[in-house]
This record gives sequence, structure tokens and C-alpha cells, in this order.
Amino acid sequence: MIAFFALLISGGEIVISHPRFYWGEVGNVRTAPLFTLPIPASRDTVPTGYGVLPDQNGWSRYLHFQAAWLAVFTGIVYGVWGLWTGHFRKNLFPAPGERTWRAAWEVVTRYLRRAPPSAAEAQVYNAMQRITYLGVIFVLFPLVIWTGLAMSPAFTSAAPWTVIALGGRQSARTLHFFVSGLLLLFLLVHVTMVVISGFRSRMRAMITGRAGTPQERI
Amino acid sequence: MSLSRRKLITGGLAATAGVSGVAAAVVLAQRYGLVPPDNGGFYGPGETLTYAAQRLLTSHSHAREFPRSMISKDPFANEVPPFNDEFKRHQAAGFADWRLTVDGLVSRPASLSLSDLKSFPIRSQITEVACEEGWSYIAEWIGTPLVNVLHATGLLPQARYIVYRSIDRDWWESIDMADALHPQTLLTLGMNDGDLPVGFGGPLRLRVPRQLGYKSVKYITHLTATDNLKSFGKGLGSASPEGGYAWYAGI
Repeated sequence: MIAFFALLISGGEIVISHPRFYWGEVGNVRTAPLFTLPIPASRDTVPTGYGVLPDQNGWSRYLHFQAAWLAVFTGIVYGVWGLWTGHFRKNLFPAPGERTWRAAWEVVTRYLRRAPPSAAEAQVYNAMQRITYLGVIFVLFPLVIWTGLAMSPAFTSAAPWTVIALGGRQSARTLHFFVSGLLLLFLLVHVTMVVISGFRSRMRAMITGRAGTPQERI
Repeated sequence: MSLSRRKLITGGLAATAGVSGVAAAVVLAQRYGLVPPDNGGFYGPGETLTYAAQRLLTSHSHAREFPRSMISKDPFANEVPPFNDEFKRHQAAGFADWRLTVDGLVSRPASLSLSDLKSFPIRSQITEVACEEGWSYIAEWIGTPLVNVLHATGLLPQARYIVYRSIDRDWWESIDMADALHPQTLLTLGMNDGDLPVGFGGPLRLRVPRQLGYKSVKYITHLTATDNLKSFGKGLGSASPEGGYAWYAGI
């Protein structure tokens, strides 16, 4: 969480220095942007804002990469633990009866009705949770690391395909921005759901790995 | 309670493994010269990891080169500090008296004119300049690889860094030998089939294409080979860390 917030804040600060996004290999103030964020910039090389905000890129870049290392090391520990204990296989891949659109739809409609989960279901992740968590762990996190590394001139000198496959350096930057946005969206929804279902009991469940009985959860 | 002893032990072992892994990596990095000069302070560990990891990965790598068709039609010349009187004098004289001083750990210190530099083997490369802000452009850069000048002046084997200075005394950088001896690190005299425009660093810019734009210092007048960066400025390697930016800009 610390690493994620550090990455989010420092990433935001770096974006503020050039809040224009492009597609392809190159992009600068003399080329047409894909889109521009309507925010003041911290640099007067960008036509918006004209140095309204102070330059924060130095420490933001240091912090971004330090936090990225912390997140990667945490991710490795989690990944090894998940494979070792069978957590991914047992708790995250959809259960045999749940691998249909119908099962997923049932979960969605139940959320919309705000019906409480059954006693059995409260102990495990439901179909929608499983798909979301799998997407975050195996799609979004690898993608955000990949698109980040694809912006590194040294890394891409050793592995040029990492940026060529994404359509160029500026495409990688734009994708990095969107994937970060999806991760932020996941975090917001996740925290909202946790708060709705009872912050204390959910935090206890996350840390101890036991959900408790429905009675306890009230 | 639900928190079993086994889980506590497993978690503790994992945390210990993580911390000792980082500690071991730092020790190894120090032994093999993979520690950047700005390794101190809160961000030192992350910076050291980045530099060490990228140095191991990029020992023989080349920055991407692009086809001529991808050269940016209207490249963006970043803003530069106001020119000092010395620069304006050179500009008025058409840079005829521009000199590049080479000193430090070289057996034949030299002062080279631009035409001296043009007598070295010339090569060109079409590479991308990527600014740490996020923007980029592609241009053809023409000049002589820094390694040619270092060999001609008798670079001594104990040299570990090349310090390079702009005519603006506050603007100086340094690179390790992996980049200094790299064939793409170019003392650049021309751009896109013409002379290097002043806005892009003319008459002389050091292009370091495997690092971000701010390592490619404009208006180069001075190269110093050294085995230790402690005696330069505040000892952090270059002006960038003194201004809050990482010395190594490979990412």
C-alpha cells in the first residue's frame, strides 16, 4: 500500500510536468497529442499552465523507482507464496461451477440488490471477486511494470521488443497512464466494498486469513 | 487463535529473506562497482538497485536506431539557460575558436578545435532524445564517438568516469566507462545532415542515447577523466543530483 501510494503520487507529479499524451514512438509540444489533461503544468516547455506549479520531478522520479522496487519485491514474495500454498489455484481461479457468464451475472445482480452473501459464500471469494483479483494480479500489475520499463532508454536498449510491441515509447507512456488509472479504480472500488461490508472485520480477515462467521461480521 | 505459529514463522522467514536479499544485493553491487555516486540518503537503495540492474542488463546493448523516415520533422529544442558573454562571443565568431579541453587521467592532455574533432572518424546515428518530463523526438546525430577522443588522448586504465562540462559552468555531468566507451556515445557536431543548431546544443553536444535527455549536455568545452567523483562539486557525480535529479538516467 505504501509503495502503491508512493507510485501514484510521484507518478502524478511526473505527469504534471508534461500533461500531454501521444501515440507512437515520439511526441512533444510540436506534435499533435492524443489527448491533454486540463491541468496546469509544472514546466513552461508545455503550453498549458506556464510554470504554475513548482517542479517536483527530481524527488518524484527517485521515489517512483524506489517504490517500484519495493512493490516488485513484495509482488515476488506474494507470487511465490501464492504458488507455494496453492492460494491462486484454490481461492482465485473461478471454482468449477462458476466458470460461466451466468454465474458472474448472478453475482453482479446480487451486488446491485445489495443482498448479503450466504453463510457459505462469505468464507470464499465469489466469481466476480476472483476475476477481478486475477486481472489485477496477472494482467494489470505485469502490464504496469512492462509499460514502465518500456519507457527506459537503457532497458529498451537491452530488450527493444518490449517497446516495439507496444507501438513505441509514447504509446508505452500512454498505456502506463491508463493501466495506473485502472489500478487506482480497483483500489477505490475495493476500499469502498471493504468499508461497506464492515471495515474492522474485513481487515481482520485480510490479515489473519479467516473471514469469521456472519454473526461476528455484524 | 487463527494466526497459527506456522504462518507466523513462514511470514517471518519471507520477510527476512526479502530484507537479506536486498542487503546481499547492495553488498554485491558495491564489490562490482555498480553503486552510483548519489547512493546516499533515503533514495540511495532504489537508485543503487536501478543502476546496478540496468548496468548488468545493458553491458553490451545499443540504443535503438531508427530508419530515416522516422526522423522528427519539427523537433523540439528544449529551453536552455541564458547564454553567457563567453558563449555569445563564440557565437558571433561562428564558433571558430571553440575548444574542447581533455584532461585528468589521460597521458596526452589536449585542447581540440572543432576541426580537430572533425578529423576523427565520423559516424552518424538516428536515435531518440527522451526527456524525463515525458516528451521525445528522433533526429540524426553526426559526430565522433567519445571513445575515439579518449583513445587519442591516451586514456589511462584507472579512469572510471568521464566528467563533461558545458560552457555554462553550472552545467556539468559525468558518465561511467560503460557509457563513455560505448560506440553510440557521440561528441555531436551535426544534426540531420547540417551543423548542430545552437538550440540543440551546437556547436558541440555529448549525446548519451542510452540515458535520458538531461545527460546529453549542450555546449561542451571540457572533458576530465577521473577515478573518483568525490572532488567534483558536492561529490554526487554531477550537477543533477545537486539539483535533486538522479545521476544515472537510464530510466
